[in-house]
Amino acid sequence: MALKSIRQAINEALFQEMRRDPRVVVIGEDVAGGAATAGERDCAGGVFGTTKGLIAEFGEGRVIDTPITESAIMGAAAGAAVAGLRPVAELMFCDFLGVCFDQIFNQAAKFRYMFGGKAKTPLVIRTTIGAGRGSAAQHSQSLYHIFTSIPGLKCVVPSNAYDAKGLLISAIRDDDPVVFCEHKLMYDLQTEVPDEPYRIPFGEASVVREGDDVTIVALSRMVHYSLEAALALAREGIECEIIDPRTTSPLDEETILESLERTGRLLVVDEATPRCGLAVDIAALAADKAFAALKAPPKRVTAPFTPVPFAPSLEKLYIPSPERIAAAVREVVGYRR
Amino acid sequence: MSGPITALTMPKWGLVMSEGKIVSWKKRQGESFAAGEEILEIETTKITNVMEMPQAGHLRRILAAEGATLPVGALLAVIAPENASDTEIDAFVAGFAAPEAAAESASVAAPAPQMVEVGGRRLSYLELGEGEGTPLLFLHGFGADLNSWMFVQPALAVARRTIALDLPGHGGSAKELGKGDAAEMAEAALGALEALGVAHVHLAGHSLGGGVAAFLACRRPEKVKSLSLLASAGLGPEINAAFTEGFIRASRRREAQEALSLLVHDPALLSRRMVEDVLRYKRLDGVERALEQVAEAWFGGGRQRLDLRDEIAALNLPVQVIWGREDRIIPLAHAEALQGKLPVHILEGAGHLPHMERAEATAGLLEAFASV
Repeated sequence: MALKSIRQAINEALFQEMRRDPRVVVIGEDVAGGAATAGERDCAGGVFGTTKGLIAEFGEGRVIDTPITESAIMGAAAGAAVAGLRPVAELMFCDFLGVCFDQIFNQAAKFRYMFGGKAKTPLVIRTTIGAGRGSAAQHSQSLYHIFTSIPGLKCVVPSNAYDAKGLLISAIRDDDPVVFCEHKLMYDLQTEVPDEPYRIPFGEASVVREGDDVTIVALSRMVHYSLEAALALAREGIECEIIDPRTTSPLDEETILESLERTGRLLVVDEATPRCGLAVDIAALAADKAFAALKAPPKRVTAPFTPVPFAPSLEKLYIPSPERIAAAVREVVGYRR
Repeated sequence: MSGPITALTMPKWGLVMSEGKIVSWKKRQGESFAAGEEILEIETTKITNVMEMPQAGHLRRILAAEGATLPVGALLAVIAPENASDTEIDAFVAGFAAPEAAAESASVAAPAPQMVEVGGRRLSYLELGEGEGTPLLFLHGFGADLNSWMFVQPALAVARRTIALDLPGHGGSAKELGKGDAAEMAEAALGALEALGVAHVHLAGHSLGGGVAAFLACRRPEKVKSLSLLASAGLGPEINAAFTEGFIRASRRREAQEALSLLVHDPALLSRRMVEDVLRYKRLDGVERALEQVAEAWFGGGRQRLDLRDEIAALNLPVQVIWGREDRIIPLAHAEALQGKLPVHILEGAGHLPHMERAEATAGLLEAFASV
């Protein structure tokens, strides 16, 4: 099986779904890669290269470059979805959510409910998350917890190329709006990916590593940092189980709780800020439904409650590191009442 | 000197195995063991398997603790006569060469499945070994793939060319099917052999693949040197529909685990990786429909449609039947009914997957048959 990067996996999923279903269209800023410039079409395929080649095969009718206006992109895509297309709309950075939030959470997310189930909104919003590129406070946030908190939206946060392809195909074939969060620093990360199309169901966590001492729940880039920490901890005799929920809405509570029944210890690692986020959500889940099994208080490793700093030294400190994760695990494992 | 001192090392079961985990020792340090006796359990990425000793000996010193994960070739224990001195054992352990280089070069050289086109259909196969003798063709069971032979194919490949095929609708082969019945599968297998320049074969088939192998042998006996049927379809009407239906329906880990646990005599042997590999296959576009077609063609209404008992008994070529004592998919009675007509080998401590649960014993039986 061929090794493919997350960028290639996403590109392949888009190609295969657009070939399979003529209702699938792509819309966003620069998705055709410079269609507005004479003779320069398809030069890049979006700022991260994920839509490269689509304009050449599917043309301007299905690969729609837009002006720089997120509210128009999301409004047009939500409307097209209820009207019968299956748009994949691009929100270049999730940080731009503010100007199109009404179209997403108060329109797209509500249609099925408010029309008594008679309307479908098969809309995918692809967006990017994550700090570490020196992109400063307005292009570095991880805001999936905001999408996760809205009923009517589904939210996907993949950590590898195999999951990215299967989850994106599931998102495109889903009849509800799905926000698909890609980490900006992980596009070149490779795993084995089948050439054929395949679907990964939402709400099914992946157990990335098995261990009996502590349960680490992590998303996106933090899965890899947790693995790095787990390797170091294994040399100390601490075996970490690492669970990647893959989708934050729906969330696979069962896999997390089952693991906690065995380990009795929880660490949640989240690149997002600490208030009202996934780390809080999952820690509350443990306190609510696994209290009797807990041997130590649930612990969280997150970014601090500040904007993402631009200064490289501060940005490095901002992002949870394998060292911080390992230290937190030692604390949880060493806890005595 | 008090007789040979030998090393017991981490075995390499299958091509992709690079390390194994010591689950438990079945003999204690200082105990003796007989030829063929099980000495320890080792967990691989697919399944936990027992290691059997080829000849009698004395487990003089255990070096690998239970729970330890060690690379292929690592020293697990020292086999030596009781009267060997501790100094001799110490010297042997100290002089044992680290296996790192060997393990590394083995993983680099691991051959990959290839593709062959037969009648406009892509078929995936794994070819291992070479030699003068008649090649051996492996045919897997329902919902499985060529990897199910990973523990026995390398052993058989030492002396001959071996080919493990992904049947149509399975593994890396094309998922589009006609009826998905024995005739279609046998035709695909024959086409693959022709494309690969193989005139005659020893056939080994498991479960549904056993049905395909038997069908092929009955229709084209001139192509087949011998037939080994493992927990095979086509030998009676009964089959556990809870497995076939559960397997088709399973889209989540829990459901897949439940269905797969019926395959083995001890569900604890199934690794998470094996369940994940099955899910990865089942998620591919077209697989669910292919499995439904195959199930309908073979086991529609919960009964096996193919019955080759009389034809197999009348075949003018060597046929053997291998079954796990605790098979919960196809009843052991199908094998027992053939006792007296054909050689029937019933393996203890195995369910429906004798070639994975009792890999060494199964490989030995296949080797004996393919060597004639």
